[in-house]
Amino acid sequence: MAHQDTAHPEGQRHPIGIYLWVWFLLFVLSVFSYLVDYLGFEGYLKWTLITLFMLLKAGLIIAVFMHMVWERLAIICVVLVPPGVLVFLMLLMAIEGHYVLLTRLQHFIS
Amino acid sequence: MNRQPMNRLATDGAMTRDTPRGPSREEGLPGLVADWGSDQRVFKQVPWGKAMMWLFLLSDIFIFACLLVSYMTVRITSTDPWPDTSEVFALEMGGQHVPLLLIAIMTFVLISSSGTMALAVKYGYERNRWATALLLILTALLGATFVGMQAFEWTKLIQEGARPWGNPWGAAQFGASFFLITGFHGTHVSFGVLFLLIMTVKVARGSLDKQRPGFLTGRKGRYEMVETLGLYWHFVDLVWVFIFAFFYLW
Repeated sequence: MAHQDTAHPEGQRHPIGIYLWVWFLLFVLSVFSYLVDYLGFEGYLKWTLITLFMLLKAGLIIAVFMHMVWERLAIICVVLVPPGVLVFLMLLMAIEGHYVLLTRLQHFIS
Repeated sequence: MNRQPMNRLATDGAMTRDTPRGPSREEGLPGLVADWGSDQRVFKQVPWGKAMMWLFLLSDIFIFACLLVSYMTVRITSTDPWPDTSEVFALEMGGQHVPLLLIAIMTFVLISSSGTMALAVKYGYERNRWATALLLILTALLGATFVGMQAFEWTKLIQEGARPWGNPWGAAQFGASFFLITGFHGTHVSFGVLFLLIMTVKVARGSLDKQRPGFLTGRKGRYEMVETLGLYWHFVDLVWVFIFAFFYLW
């Protein structure tokens, strides 16, 4: 029993199967990401697929390889909540960026 | 909700027997509140080295995010068309033109190294010294391969005329973003390889089994150090997932 702690109770111990599965899934998802480019998808379809595969891969790595699903909520919150503000930063800079582009085009045209 | 009395958990063994990390308590939200209580050690079941690695990685997340957000901003604001990365990073293989080939191979190499690292951590906790050392050196080799391919990629691009201030394919900001983001990531991989080699030596000579103190520290060796190093290595892979999506595929 891989879950049973006998002589050494500390540390993260999990069956090998779950690591191999995640490893395999990461390969498959990477192939899918590459295929998005290879098949030449465009526009929202391309961006949606890229983001979807990216988030799935990131989730698998954090959850299983970095053992986050087995940690207590205290450390999960400390690590995963602060990066949430980065989504906000990204949003603000995207709005700002489009405004800058607009003013530049306006300047170059006139 | 089924709350268990705390004193039962505090005395029932495994977790408290030889780890000075405080008793396990309730799970979930009540556990979160209890862990942050004034009489508690917050990060239970997590050695301090691992908690500190997580905090370091958190700061690193912010640095990489700033680089990627700046890249997004210059790409949006640029009035010139952004270079087609699919073509810029294409390779000729056996007379065939394959888009983005090198980047795809680099992605697979890095994911392979993440897998071997995860297994190294697992065998470390099982006190399987040679399996751990073998997987660690394999991880280091894959990491070095990645850095080597990145060096090849940089050389190729520089020869074709890519510079931080301009390039032959489009928006001038492409070079600055490329060299900064991939360079910063490559530096992380290189340092990771260095630490992996050091850890391989430690594991192979049995320093972790004998709890021998390190060269620069009085801290005793433990197999948790392999997991902490593993966190760093998986993080490097994690960052590449985002770079691959946002910089190369977008």
